[in-house]
Amino acid sequence: MKKYDAIIVGAGHNGLTNAAYLAKAGLDVLVLEKNAYIGGATVSRELYPNWKYSNCSYVCSLLRPEIIRDLELPRHGLQVVPYGGGVTFKENGDYLGAHADHERMLRELARHSKRDASAYERYEADVMKQTRLIRPFLMRTPPDPTSLKPRDLKELSVLAKSFGSMGEEALADTMRFWTMSIGDFLDEYFESDVIKAHLAGSGIIGTALGVYSPGTAYVLLHHYMGDVDGSVGAWGFARGGMGAVSAALSASFQSFGGTIQCDAEVAQIIVKNGKAKGVALANGDELYADIVVSNLDPKRTFLKIMDEGDLPADVVKKAKNFKIRGSSGKLNIALDGLPTFTGLPKDSPLCLGEKHFSDSLQKMERAYDEWKDGTWSKDPYVDMLIPTQIDPTMAPPGKHMMSVFVQYAPPKIHGGDWTAEDKAGFEKTVIDQISNYSPDFKDLILHCETRTPQDIENEVGLTEGNIFMGELTFDQLLFNRPFPGYAQYRGPVKGMYMCSSGTHPGGGVMAAPGANAAREILMDLKLTNTVPGGYDDD
Amino acid sequence: MIDLNKNYDVIVVGGGHNGLICATYLAKSGRKVLVIEANQSLGGASATSEFSDQFSVSSCAHWLFQLNPDVASDMGLNKQGLELAARDLNTIALAEDGNHLIIDGDKLEGAGISDEDRVAFVAFNKQILKFSKLLSGAFNRRAPKLVEGNLTDRITLAKLGLGMKMLGKADMSDLMRLALINIYDVMEENFDNDLLKAAISFDSLLGSHMGPRSPNTVYGYLYRRMGDIYGFNGPAVVKGGMGAVGEAMAKAARASGVDIEVDSAVSKINIDIDRATGVTLADGRVVDAGLVVSNADPKTTFNKLVGLTNIETGIARRVKSVRMKGDAAKLHIALDSLPTFTGLSEKQVGQRLLIAPTMNYIEKAFNHSKYGEYSTAPAMDISIPTIHDASLAPAGKHVMSVIVQFTPYELKGGWNNENKEAFKQLVIDRIADYAADLKDKIVASELLTPADLEERFHIHGGHWHHGEISLDQILTMRPFPGASQYGTSVDGLFLCGAGTHPGGGVMGLAGHNAAKEIIKRGKSA
Repeated sequence: MKKYDAIIVGAGHNGLTNAAYLAKAGLDVLVLEKNAYIGGATVSRELYPNWKYSNCSYVCSLLRPEIIRDLELPRHGLQVVPYGGGVTFKENGDYLGAHADHERMLRELARHSKRDASAYERYEADVMKQTRLIRPFLMRTPPDPTSLKPRDLKELSVLAKSFGSMGEEALADTMRFWTMSIGDFLDEYFESDVIKAHLAGSGIIGTALGVYSPGTAYVLLHHYMGDVDGSVGAWGFARGGMGAVSAALSASFQSFGGTIQCDAEVAQIIVKNGKAKGVALANGDELYADIVVSNLDPKRTFLKIMDEGDLPADVVKKAKNFKIRGSSGKLNIALDGLPTFTGLPKDSPLCLGEKHFSDSLQKMERAYDEWKDGTWSKDPYVDMLIPTQIDPTMAPPGKHMMSVFVQYAPPKIHGGDWTAEDKAGFEKTVIDQISNYSPDFKDLILHCETRTPQDIENEVGLTEGNIFMGELTFDQLLFNRPFPGYAQYRGPVKGMYMCSSGTHPGGGVMAAPGANAAREILMDLKLTNTVPGGYDDD
Repeated sequence: MIDLNKNYDVIVVGGGHNGLICATYLAKSGRKVLVIEANQSLGGASATSEFSDQFSVSSCAHWLFQLNPDVASDMGLNKQGLELAARDLNTIALAEDGNHLIIDGDKLEGAGISDEDRVAFVAFNKQILKFSKLLSGAFNRRAPKLVEGNLTDRITLAKLGLGMKMLGKADMSDLMRLALINIYDVMEENFDNDLLKAAISFDSLLGSHMGPRSPNTVYGYLYRRMGDIYGFNGPAVVKGGMGAVGEAMAKAARASGVDIEVDSAVSKINIDIDRATGVTLADGRVVDAGLVVSNADPKTTFNKLVGLTNIETGIARRVKSVRMKGDAAKLHIALDSLPTFTGLSEKQVGQRLLIAPTMNYIEKAFNHSKYGEYSTAPAMDISIPTIHDASLAPAGKHVMSVIVQFTPYELKGGWNNENKEAFKQLVIDRIADYAADLKDKIVASELLTPADLEERFHIHGGHWHHGEISLDQILTMRPFPGASQYGTSVDGLFLCGAGTHPGGGVMGLAGHNAAKEIIKRGKSA
């Protein structure tokens, strides 16, 4: 039987990125996907005739520009269209608009609090300072601080130098920023509830923590460190839905001669004499390669498709203790027309961005309390977008598609599976909340796809439905991701690697883990590096 | 008493334990030192007070379990009359059905504890104490600056770094992960027994505004277990209440030549352009000194005593950002006789008793305080000191001292006599679930909310630790960046309270470290 150079388990965006770089370096690469379609959580799916849903990830910003250029994704059809605007609606009928224009934004903030408007520039500068510090490390392999290898010591010194160059107080500020809660951080700058609520969302999205849980300030950073066409912190839509990202990656991969096989669920990574030898599929077929890369999350990788007997005991324990928590659900809705929102004209540019319906940190924190109690939030934090306003290719003319990210939704309801009633209750909660601010919304609904964390796990294979493949708390970042001692993409078995969002620098459609893992593999094979940011270009 | 002819070298504002310790070390170095205390008694939150006729109680801290032994011996506290009525007490996590969990050092008894949990507990303790031991290397010295550090700082950092390497790869990895994580997850990873998980998580957040699921709570546990490194194998009861600690320290200070003025509040730290020159008292007296050391918390120091007009905007912002809203109340009950706790012998009633049946119970109790409500089912730490020390109450009678979490500093709508009374009754009812005859034995009771503690002990927010013990407020971030080595932006003004590194609890190291720093800086201080 044919032997490949490398097999990648899972055709999510990181798997495809990893595969593309390996193929670019001349390897014969096979990507295996359990679903009938590629993309993992980066997909556009037609679940209602003529509507395309980005039914998991829904916006694009974090995708590394080096990778976009390097793999020529635009040539393979990727177009990212930036969007601006955004509104946080207040219960009293007023709203906070997020204007792209800086001066207008300041005027809008001043409408809610003059003091906050003047604090905003300081806030932005401080967050940007942290963003600039972290961005260079996205495309680097984290050093192992317990190791004395020259490479690790050198990388540690790069880290130390970069942090040291900030100066004593700024470094202390950075350490504070990484360990404090987004709520406390915002309280230091702002007094207006709605302003704080508007800014706090990025600190909790995809995370099973509340706005007052320490560590959430860093999560905010994670959402700020992307860019669209060089505009740092900006967000955009992939034209045609997020599936366009996967399609471009796969086209790039195939242009280097790679192969993708769908409907091919991997049941087991085959290990012989301590070395990875290939994979066994669920249908019994075996495929061989000396390099096997798992794009599944750490729990699935080590607890499901690897045999405990092939692994060191500490890895099994660490995988069991890995924190990966479902905290969010999603509604994808086909609309007969554009809904109107109380207080906003239909053509307001603010309507082009995200809409939120939580006007205080307290509401957001209470939403988290319900998650802790094992149920969905009855007044959830919602990140809602209507991408068809900017990208009309996703729905028939005049019709619209709405994407509603909902937090919090637990992986299980009071310890048990989600029932059909639970799911209907969850859907109703969200639709009712939006209707409170949009009277004609309910009548426009043609079709609604509701996804609980459990649905996301079953379909996409994200354990507990966690969108980042592991909490983005500091105990699981950098050299701790996925676990201390295994943060350099190499698994505990020779020839076995990890490239998922469960590795550094983490989740979001960033593709950095896939690229970084490819660099390590090429280094082990003593091949020329094809990956930007790297081991031999510095 | 103040001797105005004396030309003091140093004035210490506040006669809390850290202030007295700092003053003593400075006096021993040959400086002329004056301590000024607003209250009648010394020791600050290490206090004993009579809350009802002939019934006395430790009115803030009620256990001694973290006092640094070097500081205690330098001060000669034993010689000054400090006596422990009991030490190395067990912690008993109460169960409503009487099947309690007894934690005696490494040993666990009761509550149907499994052998697996027993074994896991020994291993867990071993690892935690290893980490606390490592941390202790940074506790009895100033927090090292990371970038601009001089030789002293670099030595501290090198010691810490080496200490981490010496842990070995596995423990070092665990430490890097654990220090940042929440205690809830760590408990779930290690143990099955609910009472055990709850008892450990309660210890990790006592006195703070955090729940078991809040990240950083493991650090709180390492901090608490520092007591074990300092020779305590469980909490101790001080004879005469915690006020005796303050008294012994005051004696030690006087014996070293420190002048102490009580019942005199400092209203202002005097600043001439950019340098502290002394203090003005509430009665108008002005006392000059070369240095002023504030034992008050950072907010009180800068907001009230220095005045925001005397510091730069950036520093004022930092002061404002210090998180220090107390979440612990004290309940004191005078008892006609000893109440009967279901399933506990009289001897056991004298141990440290916890009401915190599950981690979710604590988390739910915490939820309320986030919204300015008091817990309807609070978590508690109970001491009945009279079992060990009859001097606190009339013969045959007892006092009960309870730390009640969570009690917000700022209750929605404000604290008043009505809601205080309602909360007090609620707490008493909750304790009565475990001791049915409690209510029949109550002679008198007193509840001190964090707002009351603020008023009584002059601690902003009524926060014992003068600021949350959380990763964003430790080391060079304590009390805030730029003031982490006891010196401040005002020349001649130093801090020595629990708001500075390493933090609160009756440990004594903040005062010790501040004195060492001042002595080290010599004339340039």
